[in-house]
Amino acid sequence: MTLDLVVRQALQTLFVIAAAPLLTGWIRQCRAWLGNRTGAGILQPVRELRKLFRKEPVVASEASALFVATPYILFAAMVLAGAIVPMVATRMPLAAAADAVALAGLFALTRVFAALAAMDLGTAFASMGARRTMLVGFLAEPALLMVLFTPALISGSTSLIVIVRHLAGHGFVLYPSMAFAAAAYLMVTLAENARLPVDNPETHLELTMIHEALNLEYSGRYLALIEWGAGMKLLVYIGIGVALFLPWGITQSHGLAALPGAFALFAVKLAAAGAGLAVIETLLAKLRLFRVPEFLGTAFLLAVLGLLVRYLLGS
Amino acid sequence: MNVPIGLPLGLVLGALTLWILVAFASLLIPRVPRIAPAIFPLGAVGALLTAFAGALALGGPPIQMVLPWGLPGLPFHIRLDALSGFFLVLSGITTCAISLDLAGYRQREHYPAAARIGLQYHILLASVALIFIADDAYLFMIAWEAMALSSYFLVVTDHRTAAVREAGFLYLLIEHVGALAILVAFGILASRAAPGTPLAYSFGALHAAAPGPMMAGVVFVLALIGFGAKAGLLPLHVWLPEAHPVAPSPISALLSGVLLKVGIYGLLRVVFTLLPAPAPWWGVTVLVVGLATALFGALLSAVQSDMKRLLAYSSVENIGLIAAGIGLALLFLAYGLTVLAALALIAALYHSLNHAFFKSLLFLGTGSVLHATGERNLGRLGGLIHRMPQTALGMLIGTLAIAGVPPLNGFVSEWLMLQAFLKATALPRPYLAMAIPLGAALTALVAGLAAYVMVKFYGIVFLGRPREARLASATESGVWERAALGMLAVFCVAAGLLPAYIIALIRPVAHLLTGAGGRTAVATGGPAADIVVAHAAYVPSVLWAALAAVGLVGVLLVRARHPRSMRRAPVWNCGYPVLTARMQDTAEGFGQPIRHIFTSFLRIRRLRPGPDDPEPRYESVVEDRLWYVLYLPLARGFQAVFDKARLLRHRRIAIYLLYTLATLVILLAFAP
Repeated sequence: MTLDLVVRQALQTLFVIAAAPLLTGWIRQCRAWLGNRTGAGILQPVRELRKLFRKEPVVASEASALFVATPYILFAAMVLAGAIVPMVATRMPLAAAADAVALAGLFALTRVFAALAAMDLGTAFASMGARRTMLVGFLAEPALLMVLFTPALISGSTSLIVIVRHLAGHGFVLYPSMAFAAAAYLMVTLAENARLPVDNPETHLELTMIHEALNLEYSGRYLALIEWGAGMKLLVYIGIGVALFLPWGITQSHGLAALPGAFALFAVKLAAAGAGLAVIETLLAKLRLFRVPEFLGTAFLLAVLGLLVRYLLGS
Repeated sequence: MNVPIGLPLGLVLGALTLWILVAFASLLIPRVPRIAPAIFPLGAVGALLTAFAGALALGGPPIQMVLPWGLPGLPFHIRLDALSGFFLVLSGITTCAISLDLAGYRQREHYPAAARIGLQYHILLASVALIFIADDAYLFMIAWEAMALSSYFLVVTDHRTAAVREAGFLYLLIEHVGALAILVAFGILASRAAPGTPLAYSFGALHAAAPGPMMAGVVFVLALIGFGAKAGLLPLHVWLPEAHPVAPSPISALLSGVLLKVGIYGLLRVVFTLLPAPAPWWGVTVLVVGLATALFGALLSAVQSDMKRLLAYSSVENIGLIAAGIGLALLFLAYGLTVLAALALIAALYHSLNHAFFKSLLFLGTGSVLHATGERNLGRLGGLIHRMPQTALGMLIGTLAIAGVPPLNGFVSEWLMLQAFLKATALPRPYLAMAIPLGAALTALVAGLAAYVMVKFYGIVFLGRPREARLASATESGVWERAALGMLAVFCVAAGLLPAYIIALIRPVAHLLTGAGGRTAVATGGPAADIVVAHAAYVPSVLWAALAAVGLVGVLLVRARHPRSMRRAPVWNCGYPVLTARMQDTAEGFGQPIRHIFTSFLRIRRLRPGPDDPEPRYESVVEDRLWYVLYLPLARGFQAVFDKARLLRHRRIAIYLLYTLATLVILLAFAP
């Protein structure tokens, strides 16, 4: 029984760590196909990570300990987030130790550390990136919380496990409020993971970048840890989305027999979400930075609408 | 707990005596310089005694005592219950650290200021402790006034500068507007006491007065104004950003960490224990004022470029969040949801404790920076993490705590607050149940803004390149200062990792104020020290052990497989070779997005020179809008009224006697 818990927890955590580069590769591959290009294959990010780990990192001589410690903190926090979200099973020890709000806090922790580490060297691009990251962060956080509140109201708790059990237990019931929340969640996910239309993960175009500006001074294994962490963050966001809006297939049983099926189903959901993301990114252009508040404001209002619909219709 | 029943109160009275003795001993410093090193450490001992007494009182029954020390026939009543106990713990721990810092401050400030601070500071500590244990309006007001005056003298320590005197005057003025409101509130309650009540000014008698809903509402509004002025609620917050920057840093820490909480204490004492059951509009009022204060403080702190003004506005923001929690508790209580009221109150009190810890930590650290560099302006700092590594570490903990980031304490109270907001759907009025969860969004926005502000603060002061050449000679602060920082940092971490113990401390207070029986919505305990609200858990000890384990494994794996160490090289900076400190973001630059997005909330004065200006200067100053929409019109109104009133002055004694006679006649005519 206890061993069960540990096995489930360990398997999911390892799955998140291993699948993150593949997810990034899959999205890039889909974008390449949609753009009529051949693409580098979904293993390309894995090769890139391996290359980065082998290289000797160069660190600026003025860098403080904060700068060197941050990649490890970002990576560890994302592994932890991957362990908390019930993606394939609800019976997991770490999933019970934190709720959705704590998860949002964990993302805030990584954001603050990434911004501080960027400011450590005092270069112009990095501090600009820090400022913009924090800007997107404080605008996205209220929207994210409002999104989380709708399922929390339906199930009566902010715990993701309880939400999954409640929503999955009622069969395929479509809550109108959840449709609004899902739209808002999609927008928050795009913003928080530095995807189009808020940020373009493909370019280093100096004046528009947000996420890339933070990493300019990192190299070697530090850069690898950060990129890997960013991949896991996207996976975790999709995982939360799956838990909130498509919880069917997440196993709630005690044994381990249902696990392979649950993993396979989750991989399919991931692949579908990645393909969808590629479609969105192919269709959209990047917004001006000061249109981002409007974008996230829209997400917030959608989430609030979801909440109100939940009150007024009770559904 | 098996302690002698008089022990807690005895400890507090002992600490009071110690502080008074130390206060007057400070006057002897010029004659007997030998005693100087002992002054502030002794004050710290007194602070620890009160903290210990408070902790004992939290676990024990309320203790009451009548002291025959007032005027003849008007004795002082004192009482030590869970509410007093909690605030004694809060102020005891915080002032202990501040006393340690002051011990270092005394070593480097040799002018008589140290002796003056020694006198006023310990009188202030004694008066604050007296406020917490006062059980009648008489002692309460005396202690309140002693607190107001001694803190005023501390604020104007550097009284030779005109700006300091002005800020001090503003502080004194608002303090007294508040004190008047409180006095009238007590007066109304006392006038409603049953005729013939002996000692109608004692809190017991005031509670028994039980005024009708109308009068209770008036008393509530007066208490909100009076204590709100002390705590810094909108629109009476204007003294904070003026008084904090001019006071010596340990005193700023005391103002923000402890004195604002005295306002919170007073509000809780009057509204929850003296007044009858609250009406729903009380809760809505406090909630709306609190949220408005929080948003306003967060926005203005984001656009400041003076370290201490930034922190002062951030205190406004935190007080707003605390008030929002109290408002929510009142609202729940008004509808009889005592269990949820206890939850909201626990969140508010937890946040009070956290704010005392991390804001004092930040102000003390700011003091160290100020001493090392002589600079308060963010635009002239930078890169201090290399010169002051230990201070920088302490400040990093404070920064993360106030940014509401787990695993530190700020996140725990934010978590509790959000849970309380979510529970507002249990309210029986649909419009309330619908509107209040939006308060949670506002809380999240404020928390996000706080993180923004603190990244700006820490990043600009400690990270990056030094913006001035002389910063290269800055040195680490003294042992006392670092001890104070370390102590508060440890408390921040402990309150973040072990929330169950803190909640166990607060729970008796919540029960006392809300009358919730043995049950509260927050379940705590277990070996993991977790907290649970409605099946949603936050178990920091497990989470952070897991995080540390993952991080450690990561480091070990990376190191084992790729042992090649890193190479140090000059900053790459996209290949651009000339990097100067001027290329970094300034404080104004970092705040620019906020100015851009929230233009309508702020008043921005821009100075744009013309095209043929021989000495062009660009400037943009963000000002407090409330000065222009409230205070200046008010001042002009008063001026106009008193200009008219001057016509009544004739400089002839006969006319004045006539006025006196007329007043007497009118009073006699209306006498019952």
